[in-house]
Amino acid sequence: MKGIIERANQEAASRILRAKPTLVGISTAGEAIPGMKKNMILHAGPPVTWEKMCGPMRGAVIGGLILEGMAQGRAEAEALAASGEILFDSCHHHSAVGPMAGVVTWSMPVWVMKNKTFGNQAYCTLNEGLGKVLRYGAFSEEVIARLRWMAEELAPILGKALMRHGEIDMKSMIAQALLMGDEGHNRNRAGTSLFIRELAPDLAALDVDREKVAKVLSFLHNNDHFFLNLSMPACKCTVDPAAGIEASSVIVTMARNGTEFGIRVSGLGRRWFTGPASMVEGLYLPGFSARDAAPDIGDSVITETAGIGGFAMAAAPAIVKFVGGTPKDALHVTRQMYEITIAENDTYQIPFLDFRGTPTAIDLIKVVETGILPAINTGIAHKEPGIGMVGAGLVRPPESCFHEAFETFVKKYAKKRRKV
Amino acid sequence: MTKVKKILKLFREDLVVVNMGLDTFADTLRKEQVKVVQMNWRPPAGGNPSLIALLDKLEK
Repeated sequence: MKGIIERANQEAASRILRAKPTLVGISTAGEAIPGMKKNMILHAGPPVTWEKMCGPMRGAVIGGLILEGMAQGRAEAEALAASGEILFDSCHHHSAVGPMAGVVTWSMPVWVMKNKTFGNQAYCTLNEGLGKVLRYGAFSEEVIARLRWMAEELAPILGKALMRHGEIDMKSMIAQALLMGDEGHNRNRAGTSLFIRELAPDLAALDVDREKVAKVLSFLHNNDHFFLNLSMPACKCTVDPAAGIEASSVIVTMARNGTEFGIRVSGLGRRWFTGPASMVEGLYLPGFSARDAAPDIGDSVITETAGIGGFAMAAAPAIVKFVGGTPKDALHVTRQMYEITIAENDTYQIPFLDFRGTPTAIDLIKVVETGILPAINTGIAHKEPGIGMVGAGLVRPPESCFHEAFETFVKKYAKKRRKV
Repeated sequence: MTKVKKILKLFREDLVVVNMGLDTFADTLRKEQVKVVQMNWRPPAGGNPSLIALLDKLEK
């Protein structure tokens, strides 16, 4: 059995390494995302009902319903969300990913990312910035106004510039960002800068009101995390082809909805294995503390699933100013992740480790055997709806979901062996 | 050098021990003034018997 699993895992790792995530355009969720409906709201993590949603996810749903004109205010939105008329589903069920609450509604603009090797696509909304933003559960007027501007001006202008430029090789851009001190999850300063540099000539050449273009450039410049919503779908379309390989114990999804942390395993189909979402240890914005924090939330852990993010922290020592710890801790985290992964990335490299490839393709069996849980860095949302971001830090997932998945894996494949 | 001589030589020299296992072995030697390097070691699956039994099934 061991040999069969090893071969299956090599195939999974190979598919991840051979991926060519490429930015091909901007669309809207309604037009682009498979299975999207007008009365549907996608969210981060494994499936969750309105009744079980955490505060920031409820806040983002309220904001999403206001944005779509389906509710005028909080009370009306809450009643509608609880009525059963709104369909809630996991972003991951629709080839999409969403940071923090991960709420996606019909009219929201989305990046369209294509894996050129396998032809599959992934989708993600555009990043709003930090602080009072929808994905952290805020839904005030300024949040809704920003989202409207993003749909009406930002996305169309970026879309035109992208069309003029042509598709963008995201794998090369992420690799370059890592060499410049990013890790693609909570440090995206280099990636955002590279993205601006890439599109700036085309933005400047557009036949569009100069003031509007200037506002777009200013928005990108003031948001170091703009690149996150590009690295996420790049990682999603990278990992998706590794799903569904018989006997592979490679983890192809990790995601959190603020209530539960969930994983999916290549050889175990679409089934989620979940455990309670953990609390994040980190640094807090002025005026906030751990007492204000919601549990771990968001699909952005797709970056770690693909071998960057927390797994590449040694490439981004400055990230500790955002998530806590020391540069030595960042180095230790990356080194430890080699213990639970199958491959070393042939494109994403860490200069400080003599350009060693990042640890890639998490093996469920190695996680159980070593007891080492994947290391994730993440933002922290306020536990109440309507407030927003309160900090950022490091978190380890609950081990129970890995144990349950492992027991299921052994049950499925040990049984097969006896039949042979 | 015969095997016996090699073993006797070992007992006449200062011991430097690398312990890959429970750290209580290293602690005991340290109390006897023996130099010990303790490896970062823990039992498979944290010593959980049911998980170890499942890991064994996959080894077969």
